[in-house]
Amino acid sequence: MLWDWGYTWEILPVLAGAAIVTIEATLVGFVIAALLGLAFAILRMSPSAWVRLPVGGLVEFIRSTPLLIQIFFLFFVFPKFGVTLSAFTAGFLALGLHYSTYCSEVYRAGLENIPKGQWEASIALNLSPWVTFRDIIIPQAIPPVVPALGNYLVALFKETPLLSAIAVLELMQTAKILGSENFRYTEPMTLVGIFFLLLSLISAAGIRQVERWLKNRRG
Amino acid sequence: MGVRQTTILVILSFVAGLVVASFAGFREFIPGLLEGAWVTVRITVQGCLLAVVMAVIAGIAKMYGPWPLRWLAVCYIEVFRGTSALVQLFWLFFVLPHFGVFLEPMTVAVVGLGLNVGAYGAEVVRGAIQAVPRGQWEASTALNLTRMQALRRIILPQALVAMIPPWGNLFIELLKSTAIVSLITIGDLAFRAQQMNQTTLKTVQIFSIVLVMYLAISMVITLLMRLLERRAAAGLSRGRVS
Repeated sequence: MLWDWGYTWEILPVLAGAAIVTIEATLVGFVIAALLGLAFAILRMSPSAWVRLPVGGLVEFIRSTPLLIQIFFLFFVFPKFGVTLSAFTAGFLALGLHYSTYCSEVYRAGLENIPKGQWEASIALNLSPWVTFRDIIIPQAIPPVVPALGNYLVALFKETPLLSAIAVLELMQTAKILGSENFRYTEPMTLVGIFFLLLSLISAAGIRQVERWLKNRRG
Repeated sequence: MGVRQTTILVILSFVAGLVVASFAGFREFIPGLLEGAWVTVRITVQGCLLAVVMAVIAGIAKMYGPWPLRWLAVCYIEVFRGTSALVQLFWLFFVLPHFGVFLEPMTVAVVGLGLNVGAYGAEVVRGAIQAVPRGQWEASTALNLTRMQALRRIILPQALVAMIPPWGNLFIELLKSTAIVSLITIGDLAFRAQQMNQTTLKTVQIFSIVLVMYLAISMVITLLMRLLERRAAAGLSRGRVS
């Protein structure tokens, strides 16, 4: 038999439990990516080349090397320096770090779109750089790039199966274990695929909604 | 970055790589890792070729095909963009044999990654074709070219220039995703690294070399795409040519 419904109903609750771990890793990872990305973007605008160039190099380096190797790096190499991370922590840190570099490019586009006059006006009003960023620049730069950030949230979500490589019990790892216990991979793997497809399509629709709302709001 | 800066960066990093490789702590790992890197490069090149073919077919089918083809193209694009590359690879690797289709792991890797990136590429192809001004289509009609002729001779050569930079990004994405083929037992760079890590426990050296190797391959891709961009844009008096 190609598809066993009894087995499907039996494994569905187990997979649903694992899906929660996947979603947790996605959300924690994305919070790190969003915050760190903003920090990278602002540091790359620094007037000092001593800050700008190393940060730029680091971002390019993280962006052009595979996430899987970065996960291994955090999980296997950091303990050598005395920092032992649990598999889950190493996993969401690596996801967050990797996607922060993508987010920083998104923020950079947003920040570069702010008219020069806004900066000049802030200087004329004697605002400190910190206040300028917090009250003038960031509130204008972030809303237009929210849809682009949303796309990276979905992309990050789709990379979470990589955490199975360091044995985090997320969806993929659970499906693999179920498959090898019962010698039936068809149902768990297909269910995992459907789960990702459904959530990606729903979030893509959500992002389009946000995009439309932003467009209307700006008028 | 222009072609010259990229070339200088590539050469500098290779020199730096050679210097690092000559240190005793690193030397023992280099030959084994280079073998893995060769597998990674092969999968990347073949995957990229498949991705381009799939993207052009799916992109054009989605825009101009009759409705069954269009529907098929939309399904392909949504399914492969909506699920993870790893899930797709595992599906091809574990589930297809269940339906009587047995593929070599290498084939699974190339097909899986090629189809995955091809789905993203289809949208790139579509965007680039749509960005060609309408007047070009109208002029082709006026010159009595068939739709196929117009697409092949007039529209695609112009769309190609706009496609190259996003394809460069996609090729680098593909290179980075090749690391996951180590999870379906292929002896690529990531697999060798893990294997050596388990036998020697010299984690820091091994993973540092591996990261640098991936960086080097991705820089070569960037350089090649810059050269291609310059070459493709040569005939068109549009945009900035650096």
